Amino acid sequence: MSQFNDFRDPRAASKVLKRITELADGQPHRKFMEICGGHTHSIYRHGLEELLPQNVELVHGPGCPVCVIPMGRIDDAIHIANQPNVTFCCFGDMLRVPGGKSNLLEARARGADIRVVYSPMDVLTIAEREPERDVVFLAVGFETTTPSTAVTVLEAKRRKLSNYFVMSNHIRIIPAIKAILDSKDLDLDGFIGPGHVGTVIGNHPYAFVASDYEKPLVTAGFEPLDILESVMRLLAQKADGRCEVENQYTRAVRDAGNPVAIDVIDKVFTVRPHFEWRGLGSIEHSALMFRDEFAEFDAERRYAVPGVQIADPKACQCGEVLRGAIRPWECKVFGTACTPETPIGTCMVSSEGACAAYYNYGRFNKSPRIPVTAV
Amino acid sequence: MCVGIPAMIVSINNDKAFSAIVDVEGVRREANIALLADPADPLREGDWVLLHVGFAMSKLDEAEAKSTLEFIRALGSVYDEEVDALRGQDSA
Repeated sequence: MSQFNDFRDPRAASKVLKRITELADGQPHRKFMEICGGHTHSIYRHGLEELLPQNVELVHGPGCPVCVIPMGRIDDAIHIANQPNVTFCCFGDMLRVPGGKSNLLEARARGADIRVVYSPMDVLTIAEREPERDVVFLAVGFETTTPSTAVTVLEAKRRKLSNYFVMSNHIRIIPAIKAILDSKDLDLDGFIGPGHVGTVIGNHPYAFVASDYEKPLVTAGFEPLDILESVMRLLAQKADGRCEVENQYTRAVRDAGNPVAIDVIDKVFTVRPHFEWRGLGSIEHSALMFRDEFAEFDAERRYAVPGVQIADPKACQCGEVLRGAIRPWECKVFGTACTPETPIGTCMVSSEGACAAYYNYGRFNKSPRIPVTAV
Repeated sequence: MCVGIPAMIVSINNDKAFSAIVDVEGVRREANIALLADPADPLREGDWVLLHVGFAMSKLDEAEAKSTLEFIRALGSVYDEEVDALRGQDSA
């Protein structure tokens, strides 16, 4: 349960900040990673980093599903969109994600029937309304959006629709966190856990972060005070020598998650052996593909996508940004060759990407933080 | 896409499975409520939910929903994109 009843009360915020300062005082430099695009956005929008003591740093992990889509997958998507009779549907923030040669926006300009949708249910409606078209949904997202895709597939089966297909890019949060924890240059003291993923999977799947890797994790809501309170809790664990998984966002996250949502995911999807993440490389079991029982809805099987792996552009340092090794403005092309209008890297595309958030709010202190170490 | 937005249930569609009409800031659209199907505690008119890509993901109490809306509104562009997306489909 949150220790503060009104999570937007400015007095509560100043109390939390005071406690954060006390807890950080005399401690080594602490680096905490948030793995949620919503958190990243909120942190920049409210300038939270500037409120924290010099020795407390927030690192922005691979929490934006748009930002981790590798270029090869976009080329596969364009390949499908260019097939005869295909109507290709995606969320608006996918249009500018760069592929190897072009993006979906350019493919549309060249004549592909690419439509922006708000919900996968809308794709189902299009498929029903236009039975002569093959309607394909570019599904992206962590466990937050996976159940909704799964529901549409079950619904398509129930309605006996034979012209609805899904290209699944659904990714899983746990293998991503594990990959970060296993990386050689790991330099993190704990995690701010994603709140909306938590509404689906719950809090217990994170237990290994504390038990196997000895890092604390606090699942957090999106308000500035939620994030600050989570930082406070992480610092308190460090100060006490504790290492636990906590839930700050009890307003929406139950420990067991949403069993209905977990069940529909499991009905439709199974784990992929490997999936390529932009900047992070191939991560075992980190994404979902269709179970054989639902193969008829699988766009990848229907259109035999090229599946070519394309290395990230040399100038792009999204991978280092996503691992927390560098800060967005330390990238060689940040704000010069790479901007939200003409992104080179995916972190600049979505408003939830770390680079776009920095670029749009532009209220950051560009000097690298000087770690204050305890003596 | 990743931002959930609070919505109020205006009516439950009885003639269509797991379907409801919700209101987000005056924009009305159909939402899928399959993920909150709980015979012991069904959704009712006037309930608030967190809406994610057109799906009700979790229940919220009214005070929480309203303050979250205010917070998302303060996020500016993210909020505008979300409501525009809702509205876009509304008129489709």
